[in-house]
Amino acid sequence: MADLHLKGVRKAYGAVEVLHGIDLDIRSGEFIVFVGPSGCGKSTLLRTIAGLEDISSGTLEIDGQVVNDVPPSKRGIAMVFQSYALYPHMTVYDNMAFSMTIARAGREEIDRRVRNAAEILQLTKYLDRLPKALSGGQRQRVAIGRAIVRDPKVFLFDEPLSNLDAALRVATRIEIAKLKESMPKTTMIYVTHDQVEAMTLADRIVVLKDGHIEQVGSPMELYRHPGNLFVAQFIGSPAMNIVPATIEQAGPRTAVSIAGHGGVTVPVETPADSRGAEISFGVRPEDLVVTGGEDFLFEGTVDYVEQLGEVQLVYVELGRDGVPLVAKMPGGADVKRRSTIRLTAAPEDLHIFGADGRAFARARVEGK
Amino acid sequence: MAGKAGRSLLGRWGVHLAVLAIVVVWTLPTMGILVSSLRDRDQIIVSGWWTALSGSEQTEAGRLAAPSTQVQRDGRFVVEGRLFEEGDTREVRAFGTRATAPTAWEAGTEADLGDGVTLRLEPDSSYVLASPVAFEGNRGQRVYLSVLSPPRFTTENYETVLLSEGIGRSFVNSLTVTIPATIIPILIAAFAAYALAWMRFPGRAILIAVIIGLLVVPLQMSLIPLLKLYNGVGAFFGVPAKTYLGIWLAHTGFGLPFAIFLLRSYIAGLPREIMESARIDGASDFDIFVRIVLPLSFPVLASFAIFQFLWVWNDLLVAMVFLGTGRDQLVLTGKLNALLGSRGGDWEILTTSAFVTIIVPLIVFFSLQRYFVRGLLAGSVKGG
Repeated sequence: MADLHLKGVRKAYGAVEVLHGIDLDIRSGEFIVFVGPSGCGKSTLLRTIAGLEDISSGTLEIDGQVVNDVPPSKRGIAMVFQSYALYPHMTVYDNMAFSMTIARAGREEIDRRVRNAAEILQLTKYLDRLPKALSGGQRQRVAIGRAIVRDPKVFLFDEPLSNLDAALRVATRIEIAKLKESMPKTTMIYVTHDQVEAMTLADRIVVLKDGHIEQVGSPMELYRHPGNLFVAQFIGSPAMNIVPATIEQAGPRTAVSIAGHGGVTVPVETPADSRGAEISFGVRPEDLVVTGGEDFLFEGTVDYVEQLGEVQLVYVELGRDGVPLVAKMPGGADVKRRSTIRLTAAPEDLHIFGADGRAFARARVEGK
Repeated sequence: MAGKAGRSLLGRWGVHLAVLAIVVVWTLPTMGILVSSLRDRDQIIVSGWWTALSGSEQTEAGRLAAPSTQVQRDGRFVVEGRLFEEGDTREVRAFGTRATAPTAWEAGTEADLGDGVTLRLEPDSSYVLASPVAFEGNRGQRVYLSVLSPPRFTTENYETVLLSEGIGRSFVNSLTVTIPATIIPILIAAFAAYALAWMRFPGRAILIAVIIGLLVVPLQMSLIPLLKLYNGVGAFFGVPAKTYLGIWLAHTGFGLPFAIFLLRSYIAGLPREIMESARIDGASDFDIFVRIVLPLSFPVLASFAIFQFLWVWNDLLVAMVFLGTGRDQLVLTGKLNALLGSRGGDWEILTTSAFVTIIVPLIVFFSLQRYFVRGLLAGSVKGG
């Protein structure tokens, strides 16, 4: 049982405030991912939870106890660092046993826990090696094993896959997912800048920007119903297409006209007085389809096509200053450069955002 | 190699030859001392060490057998014999009968001494002196020889020096001074370096600045005040002046700024995440210091040990000031200094003593050198 509650957590380095009043409730056993661009404060927030940084104001509660002034080793946490942070002069066994050695645990207890963790991570035959004799993926597993031995209430991961190559990243990601499955009661907090890791691993995602929480929700929640422009463009790759538009008619269903292109009615509720308001219109590349008919959203010239094998990315010049529309299509579709193309999308896949960047709430469709 | 500017074949060979030349020139004096210390005393006097392998030539005088031993043979009176003893491996190169011309004739040839007298002297010093008339007188013919001694190498210089000249005792004294004076600063500085690198406390920056400032203080300036202070404190507590404890403290004091500076730089460069990980694992500052920082710092500890050992071993000034000159206290450097005065002409003693002094730092250096190996941190963090 390890709920975490962050209430108004602020962190400042001298005069510079890095975290501005973070409020977050994490349920026991959840896999939470902090995601955001560089400098958004996700690592700082993680280190604050770990106890490696002091909290300037606000409270942090772990398992019902306020732990602002409790040292890291007593918070019931374990941390896996981006750069592994293994002790280079100790064997894998000693690395994993270190916390228990410090706590002066019995030899058998140490042996049992270390071997148990080694088995989970398939490290048993590397127990006598030094870190420098291991590959990157193996070192990362040792780091995870070291955390497991501590038997913590909360696992903290600080961008653990950043230093691995692409193939290894996928494999290790699945290992982490399986690890979480095998420890249903342990809370895991994971920091990454990679939204693919966030989408695949998280129960809930916390999107951070400049020290503020932008949105908290499940991966699908953030994908389908982004709360603002930032989240809309952060989740999903390639990013959502955003074009300026105007509200022609407000109400439970809104008629929108896109600058330089057609109009469309979206199932989004807008206040009655927002007629004529300047808004941003958004549609994801994967939701755009080619259409031959008269009812289309965009018409433009194909500027460039990137073939990725299974999909292709089509960059369509709309006549705006250099910002192309991106559409994701099946790799087999025949799209020629310099040809004219018409694109449309289903109404339930359209998003509109107000001038302040906040999304207007879209109708929730069954199953989405 | 391709693509590097200036890396022509000539350039590469030029570099190799230049390095070789520098190495040879640099080690030449040490070679000379070593060779001289192994040579026979008489040979050192005669020739330089670079001729050591070819033997040395000396002129000496000898006397042939007395006329009473002459025999008659083939109508001539003959005195024969051998100048050198059995087993003497020296070789006669030339001989003469007058002091003014000691090498008038080559060995193995017959010399005409006038009046029909001939002398034949072989290189192995056997001779035949023949005359048509009988020899007179009681004493044999005087001859002068130019003798080539084969190179003789011996370790007896070392025996002499180590056992009877008092160098052995000085050697022990030097070790007694140097080893603690190397170990104590390391102990103190390691703790200080960790604290200054990784612990937060008020005044830390000022303390670091003060220590770096102390690096600049010249030893000679602080020597006498320090001695006065030490003697004063010693007198207060009844501790005699000029003890080993004093010189240990003195060398510790002089060595600490550099030690702390060197160790602090290195320890501050250790990866931060390792310490943080240890902290999360529940390690206190002391645990981190003993279990993690110290093992990872062996390269820099070894390198400081070498610096300090060499410095203290070769030191004369501090030893003269803080220690006495009695037999029980005089260090090797002081002893060598004294020898220069009393045995200045005895090159075999001087070179041997000098080489005895050189050996220990050489051993220390070569044995600790492998701890300089980088890569101790490999595998702990990304990128290494």
